[in-house]
Amino acid sequence: MADSRNRKRKKTSQAAEIWKRLQKNRMAMAGLCTLIVILLLSLFGPLLSPYDYAAQNFTDRLMFPCASHLFGTDNFGRDILTRILVGGRYTLFITFVCITSAAIMGSALGLLAAFYPKMDNIIMRLVDILMGIPTMLMCVSIVAALGSNMKNMMIALAVTQSPEFARIMRAQVLTIKDREFMEAASSIGCSNGRIIFRHIIPNALAPIIVQYTLGAVSVILMSASLSFVGMGVQPPTPEWGLMISAGRDYLRDYWHIAIIPGLAIVVTAFALNMLGDGLRDALDPRLKQ
Amino acid sequence: MELLEIKNLVVQYSVGRDVVQAVNGISLTVKEGATIGLVGETGAGKTTTALSVMGLVPNPPGKVKSGEILLDGEDLLKKSNKEMRKIRGKDIAMIFQDPMTSLNPVMTVGEQIMEVIQLHEKISRQDAQKKACEMLELVGIPGQRYGEYPHQFSGGMKQRVIIAIALACNPRLLIADEPTTALDVTIQAQVLDMMRRLKETYKTAMILITHDLGVVAEVCDQVAIMYAGEIVEKGTLEDIYESPRHPYTIGLFQSIPDLDVESERLNIIPGMMPDPAALPEGCNFCERCQHATEQCKKQPPVVRLSDTHEVQCFLAQDEKGGE
Repeated sequence: MADSRNRKRKKTSQAAEIWKRLQKNRMAMAGLCTLIVILLLSLFGPLLSPYDYAAQNFTDRLMFPCASHLFGTDNFGRDILTRILVGGRYTLFITFVCITSAAIMGSALGLLAAFYPKMDNIIMRLVDILMGIPTMLMCVSIVAALGSNMKNMMIALAVTQSPEFARIMRAQVLTIKDREFMEAASSIGCSNGRIIFRHIIPNALAPIIVQYTLGAVSVILMSASLSFVGMGVQPPTPEWGLMISAGRDYLRDYWHIAIIPGLAIVVTAFALNMLGDGLRDALDPRLKQ
Repeated sequence: MELLEIKNLVVQYSVGRDVVQAVNGISLTVKEGATIGLVGETGAGKTTTALSVMGLVPNPPGKVKSGEILLDGEDLLKKSNKEMRKIRGKDIAMIFQDPMTSLNPVMTVGEQIMEVIQLHEKISRQDAQKKACEMLELVGIPGQRYGEYPHQFSGGMKQRVIIAIALACNPRLLIADEPTTALDVTIQAQVLDMMRRLKETYKTAMILITHDLGVVAEVCDQVAIMYAGEIVEKGTLEDIYESPRHPYTIGLFQSIPDLDVESERLNIIPGMMPDPAALPEGCNFCERCQHATEQCKKQPPVVRLSDTHEVQCFLAQDEKGGE
């Protein structure tokens, strides 16, 4: 018994150490907590709200924040707090799906390019082309070609985010491939698939995780921008970017309609950024001075 | 009984337009349970020889041009990738030079030992885990440390773990590529001692690659001296240490400092190893050899001095002919 406890105490995996370092970073923990709060609020908040996010109420339109409507109401009399909470679901869903698929697609491409040198040139030149086109232009063109709705916007965002992952993964795999334990792995009879999944990917993950959090920020901003210009989520869905867009006509007199969803975006992006920076320091302590 | 037979192995690396002749037609036999030391300076082709036995010569740029590598009479060079995977780790295992980088940093040492067992033996996870623990104990690491990560071990301990991985499936041939170079001297002695003990217990044949003649004297039965991709002299330990015949071998022994003789400088072999992309014609060593004559511009013959002792040099032939 004492023996097994001893073993537990001694077992410090890299992940556990990274978590320990991350916990010491106050900014990162603040970001992480904020994110968890935002996640919980958008998951359960709408259930607690007495209002329906789409119900129009013309007697209560254009109210400033007050006791009954904490964040006020918009030009259709809809409760902004409820809409922010429901919008959070959309924003978080879009961000999670886009950045996850971008990470998987991009990393797979980068891995193939680095592991099979014959494919390197083809894949990486394709990635260069994707990176060469400005992100916004790329998204707008894809959405314009496919039609503006949420699904197509998500496809566009995933495509534009993946090249960065491909580059990071390729660089990682190229350095890992030259380390001696790769040779050792093949010398015990590992197949290529096993080498990739058991030996390369776990070792290459650190910078991918950082890029994941930082890329999530740009997905949030890009999806808000695309919805703002009407190429993403369509009304009356309360996506944050769309809410800013709807509020811009009233900016002079009823600024809260646009400012409050804007603040929601800022807070979420800021929290993700802090977490991402913290993760980078935790994953590679040498970088931190 | 011959376990491994290498016949006329030629391995080349193509770097741009240059062709680097890493191994030029070497022949070598390893008997079951025997230990052969492969000695030579950096770039002599020792590691390439080992990698071609494993079928792991990086391709490109490397390529096995010709020759045969027979394990129990079966040519390994003709085997498919899949068949080779079954042999690697099971019949032939390899220990790498640098213990610091030979272990995967994100897997526990136990998992890494278990991996090779699971790859080659059809046993349950629990049994594999148990066997991995036993292997750890065997190399002198407490089994409780099964769940620890490589960064929690010292260099000597890591090399023990690597030896445990190599021996986990009772291979018949162990290739140790400078297993002690990265370790300090006291740990070196421990590791060598353990390797010798385990080798005797399991009757494993071993090819020990090194440039340390002291290590060879301690562990090996037979020695092959490599120079510029060729075996210039091979024989039993006594043959090589008591009556070295090739000028290069003699030079190697002279370069070991002698405590009894006070000398200002070490004896060195003048010159450098020839560029493997542009080997001289004839004897590769002739540019550095004190005894070189006109005939050394031609390919020197392999002279059999006894049943066990072979030298690739005109000098030996002349002496033998003159006797």
